[in-house]
Amino acid sequence: MLEYKSWSRKLFLWCNVIFLTGAAFICILPIINVLAVSFSSSQYASANAVSLWPKGFTWSAYEFVANKPEFIRSFLIAVKVTVIGTLINLLLALPSAYVLSRSEQKFRWRTVYVWFFVFTMLFNGGLIPTYLTVKEVGLLNHFLALILPGAVQVFSVILLMNFFRNLPKEIDEASLVDGAGHWTNLLVIYAPLAKPALATITLLAIVGHWNNWFSGIIYLNHPGDYPLQSYLQTVIIKPDLSLISSNDIGLLSTVNERTSKAAQIFLATLPILLVYPFFQNYFMKGLVMGSVKG
Amino acid sequence: MGLLKDGIESIKNRNGALHVMILPAVILLILFNYIPLFGLVIAFQKYNVFRGVTGSDWIGLDNFRFILAFPDIYQVMWNTFYIAMMKIVAGLIVPIVFALLLNEVRNALFKRSIQTIVYFPHFLSWVLLGGILIDILSPSSGLVNQFLAIFGIGPVFFLGDDTVFPYVLVATDTWKDFGFGTIIYLAALTNIDQTQYEAALIDGAGRWKQTLYVTLPGMMPVIILMMTLSLGNVLNAGFDQIFNLYSPIVYKTGDIIDTLVYRTGLIDRQYGPAAAIGFFKSVLSFALIVASYKLADKYANYRIF
Repeated sequence: MLEYKSWSRKLFLWCNVIFLTGAAFICILPIINVLAVSFSSSQYASANAVSLWPKGFTWSAYEFVANKPEFIRSFLIAVKVTVIGTLINLLLALPSAYVLSRSEQKFRWRTVYVWFFVFTMLFNGGLIPTYLTVKEVGLLNHFLALILPGAVQVFSVILLMNFFRNLPKEIDEASLVDGAGHWTNLLVIYAPLAKPALATITLLAIVGHWNNWFSGIIYLNHPGDYPLQSYLQTVIIKPDLSLISSNDIGLLSTVNERTSKAAQIFLATLPILLVYPFFQNYFMKGLVMGSVKG
Repeated sequence: MGLLKDGIESIKNRNGALHVMILPAVILLILFNYIPLFGLVIAFQKYNVFRGVTGSDWIGLDNFRFILAFPDIYQVMWNTFYIAMMKIVAGLIVPIVFALLLNEVRNALFKRSIQTIVYFPHFLSWVLLGGILIDILSPSSGLVNQFLAIFGIGPVFFLGDDTVFPYVLVATDTWKDFGFGTIIYLAALTNIDQTQYEAALIDGAGRWKQTLYVTLPGMMPVIILMMTLSLGNVLNAGFDQIFNLYSPIVYKTGDIIDTLVYRTGLIDRQYGPAAAIGFFKSVLSFALIVASYKLADKYANYRIF
């Protein structure tokens, strides 16, 4: 439909596009800046001459970081925690959501279980009691302390539960007629159908585990056991002294604290940058599913 | 009739599997969510690490009295409330405005790209963002101050000046998360019946009036929903963010309940008083969340299950 646009309308639309593009640009500007600084040599970085494009292009900040055993180790620990953690999240969420999605007529315990799960979202013991519980269970200094306390993601379970409840009832009737028990029903029928919702949950879990820095700091006493973000927390937010102890003078001339921090930040962001385009499609759909009814 | 009863009997027998399926999750929830609830009693004890919960002495409300005697406790509570309120208001207005503006664009690809880009900061942790912001907001070398210098505005100690700090918190937090709200509001916008716009057009309403009388009312249910859901968050002023951006010089306006609990409990190891503060906050949050869910149900017909 062709509509006549007044000149004020056209002006508004153009200003709008410029404003929106500007806003989007501001959202990625910091990442671009970090990327640029990480590839710049230290003289330009300390002179604040770097904004969007590297000056004095050099890989040395990344070389320096690649030779930092603490960085590599924490990166690998983070990968391990993320993979195992996400797997555990999914293994717990899928059956739980299936159980919670059963109708009250056929499963009278459903309401009890739902309240049991939801209550944990409303009220929890707080930092100190949770910390002490983890301590009492003996999980301090063990990497499972980063996974088990949050293993049941109630928000994800509810998302998946709602997804299941929106599936046609005929599915259950058909499997009942075919003589399938609950396990078969769950694994053969519901699990494959749940792919979009599972993708959303998986992304939430991956990002949650990857970004989790606090658990490492409170539950692990040896910084050598820290996952990536916990290690970065100790390095980025405070001055990094390891550079001063470096023996390579040639390295010191092109790398400084600022460029090495930038390289580390960018490397920590990289997995998310890579995963994001693939999952954001599902993620935005999932968000919409959960918020706007109908 | 007999068939129906048989059917029901067989269904009853199947349900054993359901309990088995949900058991691992239930055990974990009991362990890490329900058992810590008993730990709330630490708030009423003179907690001794070696004697544990069962062996420590009861001191009634002494921990609470001790907390209330903290020199800055009221300042901390005010900071928490003030920062959280600003974040809620900004977190409501900015995405709504952005969604409205984005909605005016016809090109679907542009809309999608912008949404994807502005949603991205949400996925970065505050450790990474903290590191980036500390660099960008630096008074001597940061990009932002360099930019302001062009206009002759003197270097601003964004993270070191306690008059500015709370607003920096709100601005950066909104920057990080407005993409989230934008997606939700945009989805709500597309659900508005197009014929209403046509009716308004026939009645002579220009785009602005259409926005006022068709778009905003159409979005009201979702707006009210988001507002009431964030009510439960009033006391969570954002520990993650503040912990990574604050420092003792900005404690006066930046310290919130959660950061105080962290320092008192895990650094100073005063478990009793820290648990007391946490207890107080949990009770208040619980009341607010229940109130907000009831409100959401009443005004926006929204139930989570």
